[in-house]
Amino acid sequence: MANETANEQPERRSNSKVIAWCLSGVVGMFAFGFALVPLYDVFCEITGINGKTGGRYESGATQQVDENRTVRVQFLASNGPGMTWEFRPVVRSIDVHPGQPVTVNFYAANGTDHAMVGQAVPSLAPSEGTQFFHKTECFCFNQQPLEAGESVEMPLIFIVDRDLPEHITKLTLSYTLYDQGKMTEVSRSDRTQTTTNNNG
Amino acid sequence: MCVGSQSWLFISFGFKEIFSLLLICVYTRQRRIHKQTFTLSFIRCCERRAFVQRDDAKSDKNNTLWRHSMRVHAKRAVALAAGLLLPVTVMADWTMNMSPGVTSTSNQIFTLHMTILWICVAIGVVVFGVMFWSIFAHRKSRGAKPANFHENTLVEVLWTIVPLAILVAMAIPATTTLVEMYDTTESDVDIKITGYQWRWQYEYIDDDFSFFSNMSTPRDQILNRQAKGEHYLLEVDNPVVIPVGKKVRFLLTANDVIHSWWVPEFGVKKDAIPGFINETWTRVDEPGTYRGQCTELCGKDHGFMPVVVKAVPEEEYNAWVAEQREAAETERQLTEKDWTLDELMERGERAYATACASCHQADGSGMPPAFPALKGSPMALEDMAGHIEIVVNGSSGTAMQAFGNQLSEVDLAAVITYERNAWGNNTGEMVTPKEIFDYKNQQ
Amino acid sequence: MSAVADTHAQDHHHGPAKGISRWLLTTNHKDIGSMYLIFSFAMFLLGGSMAMVIRAELFQPGLQIVEPEFFNQMTTMHGLIMVFGAVMPAFVGLANWMLPLMVGAPDMALPRMNNWSFWLLPCAFLILVSTLFMQGGAPNFGWTFYAPLSTTYGPPSTTFFIFAVHIMGVSSIMGAINVIATILNMRAPGMTLMKMPLFVWTWLITAFLLIAVMPVLAGVVTMMLMDIHFGTSFFDAAGGGDPVLFQHVFWFFGHPEVYIMILPAFGAISHIVAAFSRKPLFGYASMVYAVGAIAVLSFVVWAHHMFTVGMPLAGQLFFMYATLLIAVPTGVKVFNWVTTMFRGSLSFEAPMLFAVAFIILFTIGGFSGLMLAIAPADFQYHDTYFVVAHFHYVLVPGAIFGIFASAYFWLPKWTGHMYDETLAKTHFWLSFIGMNLAFFPMHFLGLAGMPRRIPDYALQFTDFNMISSIGAFMFGATQLLFLFIVVKCARGGEKAPAKPWDGAEGLEWTVPSPAPYHTFSTPPEVK
Repeated sequence: MANETANEQPERRSNSKVIAWCLSGVVGMFAFGFALVPLYDVFCEITGINGKTGGRYESGATQQVDENRTVRVQFLASNGPGMTWEFRPVVRSIDVHPGQPVTVNFYAANGTDHAMVGQAVPSLAPSEGTQFFHKTECFCFNQQPLEAGESVEMPLIFIVDRDLPEHITKLTLSYTLYDQGKMTEVSRSDRTQTTTNNNG
Repeated sequence: MCVGSQSWLFISFGFKEIFSLLLICVYTRQRRIHKQTFTLSFIRCCERRAFVQRDDAKSDKNNTLWRHSMRVHAKRAVALAAGLLLPVTVMADWTMNMSPGVTSTSNQIFTLHMTILWICVAIGVVVFGVMFWSIFAHRKSRGAKPANFHENTLVEVLWTIVPLAILVAMAIPATTTLVEMYDTTESDVDIKITGYQWRWQYEYIDDDFSFFSNMSTPRDQILNRQAKGEHYLLEVDNPVVIPVGKKVRFLLTANDVIHSWWVPEFGVKKDAIPGFINETWTRVDEPGTYRGQCTELCGKDHGFMPVVVKAVPEEEYNAWVAEQREAAETERQLTEKDWTLDELMERGERAYATACASCHQADGSGMPPAFPALKGSPMALEDMAGHIEIVVNGSSGTAMQAFGNQLSEVDLAAVITYERNAWGNNTGEMVTPKEIFDYKNQQ
Repeated sequence: MSAVADTHAQDHHHGPAKGISRWLLTTNHKDIGSMYLIFSFAMFLLGGSMAMVIRAELFQPGLQIVEPEFFNQMTTMHGLIMVFGAVMPAFVGLANWMLPLMVGAPDMALPRMNNWSFWLLPCAFLILVSTLFMQGGAPNFGWTFYAPLSTTYGPPSTTFFIFAVHIMGVSSIMGAINVIATILNMRAPGMTLMKMPLFVWTWLITAFLLIAVMPVLAGVVTMMLMDIHFGTSFFDAAGGGDPVLFQHVFWFFGHPEVYIMILPAFGAISHIVAAFSRKPLFGYASMVYAVGAIAVLSFVVWAHHMFTVGMPLAGQLFFMYATLLIAVPTGVKVFNWVTTMFRGSLSFEAPMLFAVAFIILFTIGGFSGLMLAIAPADFQYHDTYFVVAHFHYVLVPGAIFGIFASAYFWLPKWTGHMYDETLAKTHFWLSFIGMNLAFFPMHFLGLAGMPRRIPDYALQFTDFNMISSIGAFMFGATQLLFLFIVVKCARGGEKAPAKPWDGAEGLEWTVPSPAPYHTFSTPPEVK
């Protein structure tokens, strides 16, 4: 290297050009940081890696029911911090055939002396099964208002996909119910519009 | 992966023992707990290692067993000799290595760990060997004249490719182990584990009972006012019980912040994340009590939320489950019972110690401003409705949790009664479990 | 180029200004470099004293000195201060001092921005340290500030912490832009990219890493700010967010950040090893490529910090394989250093001692890194003291010893005096022993099952913790000796020649010692 006689001049750029490039890099990466949020959601929806089940499943073709295979679906209910409702699945688990639409109910009761709004957040284990678990109707799509002392049975309709990998024999669907604030009066017509998120 | 189990025996000996020797030379403090002579601990650790390796050795037929036992004898002899030479009192465990654990997962991880460790040591010996040779032989003070080479394509390509090959060799057993850890086949018992600040809740999903598991080490031991017990910080009031030989599936979530549930001897560690459910599993073949801790920083008492698992034979497990279900039923009946102030105070003191004292302190003095004093507070002296409200439902935006779902009606009533009558808060007022039940279900 | 020449035209005829304004308003790269170095050493002592509190509490089981809340504040502040206050500014200081001298430039390309990026730092750390005195205390959620512990459950001072991170981020980004502009635009005629000294190369790549990831850090703390104050739910499951997303975004910043703290040391060590082996560096080109490869790979390995969050198998495998790959370029660098020493003519002055210790101990840290990369084994190592041992083995001998080696190597150039070699060697040996005593037993503790970030531990961990604390006190106290050596060297001592190390090469040794206030007003010719 020492005896090379390259006398080529290093390329010269103006400082403002370098600054401009760097700053656009900075702005771009700042934006990228925020873009990671929707990107991550999209990525999770496709791969199901975080176990968060998707939104409403709308498929024209009804699936053929696979009578030869049975998958156990287990239901769990948890309360978020400060959530005092009684919240539990009506059945603890159910055996289903892949492709078959199934309806189950969750029970919620507001034992406090004021109206409240709850939002259930779903999660599935193993996360590998997430993309094979379709919900056509779920109370978690919307917020759930309850008057003081009111109780409700909330429906969930789901289909386990026929393509669920063979080695998965049990799916656990867990809902965590969060307090979305105390409400004085809830108009029933608002119920479908009150969702703040479309996490499904 | 099986590079010959007897060689494992050889290499896994030495690691701990050599360091023990080195460290004992520099450090000879009188130990407070477990006084043991060096000889004993040395032999014990040799034996333990031999025991651990025994399973592996079986597969390698007789000659291995013979060499194996010879080696153990040799080690005992060495240990004995060393012990006679060094009659030193040593400290508690000088545990330096990972435990092979009691499950197939933990054993696989241990093998993997030792493999990688020794590959690293081997690479280290070569690289540092060359370096120390240079340091020794090519010193200026010894008149070394510098060479002038600064490139060699062949060598450079080689030391890119060879490490790559070694890495592939490491990745293969690692992948196999990982795939086995992700086994999702049918389980025998499902337990939901919920992390709270700072306790674990275990819910036996198919048996309809659940309980909280709090650290049971007395505060006085932590504050050095009392001698520390054998299982200091690693003991709980209600351990989780599992049957041996059965596949137990754990479903993890958290109520507030992220926690992580770890039992080293199972090779199981998984984060408990609020709003999400994670699963992991274990199959323990040896009955025993296994201890672990929370391993994700979760706030003030992160260091004080241990995990204790009791693995018991199946019959014992079934009996325990039946007992728990009965206890859950009794709890429901206790709610109906007529309680006296003294009974409630007695129970309340215990419940207060586990649920409240870590923040509000055993003497009710609190830790203002985050955790207000209860002693002499207007809430505990006057506003009974407010008092019930805050204990059951918590206070949003503050550290005060909602205990409505964490404590039973009886314990809630007892705690509130206790707080209204202890430390000179002598209101004489009593809250019954029935009132709490009605409060929670009021129309 | 012309713009820079203009900026400096007025300075060329006089020396430094007098009094405080010299330091407040200076645009001179040497002044700013010195300020960075002094600031970072002050932060090193501050962060170090917090480590002493931690080690004092862990000296024995039981709670003796501090409450758990304060303990958590100490671990958090220790991490933040060491990473952002000590290591990163020290490297920027070295860059300020040495890059213009090494590329034959009169100053940094953007001298006024340089001044600003320095003075932002004390502001940021004033805010950060002041949180210790606020109600509810300083941040207590670990330097990784995982949500929701840092958002929903964070102390009120979290907002100030966020602002401090923003300000130090801006400072780092400006520093990085300055480095890139200097290296790309201000090299002496004839200095092609592949003739640049390795310290320049590693800093160029570091600067690109900074530009790529500091905005992501700014983004993630901004999201926290919005979650705390503006009702969004990026990381709050209750509103449809995901706490694990926080970890993904944080480690997308965090892993390259690890390399930001080590790459400049790689460069400096390369010079020092070659100089004291009196032999050209082995494999210059492969060193450059290796650093480039490490930088690129650092963007695709982040989730190896998250093997236990419940990623699916495919994710675990991908991140395990990618992480293992990093061992290849890192190995190449170590092999190159060792081969540079091989058949050299070695002498062991303080810089070389630190450099050799760097290579050995960093390699040990690399080995434990390799072990941690094995995903199934990581289930046992994760969040235990094994991890603490690993990253202290990488950062203390890596970043800190690299900085000490550089400081001793270039002190004669900075001050014009030789430092006291005996004291420096004492400093080395005490640091070396203290460091190993402090951190090696942590491997054992981690393997035996001691989780990290706990203020109290079970009894079987007592002995090694005690040894570790003794080592830490020793290491900590020794650093005061370094302060003494540097002050002594600055105030006087044996006159240093322009090139005090006979094996050293590079433009910085062609200017007199101490380097005059203005150097390379006319660019040197590089053949």
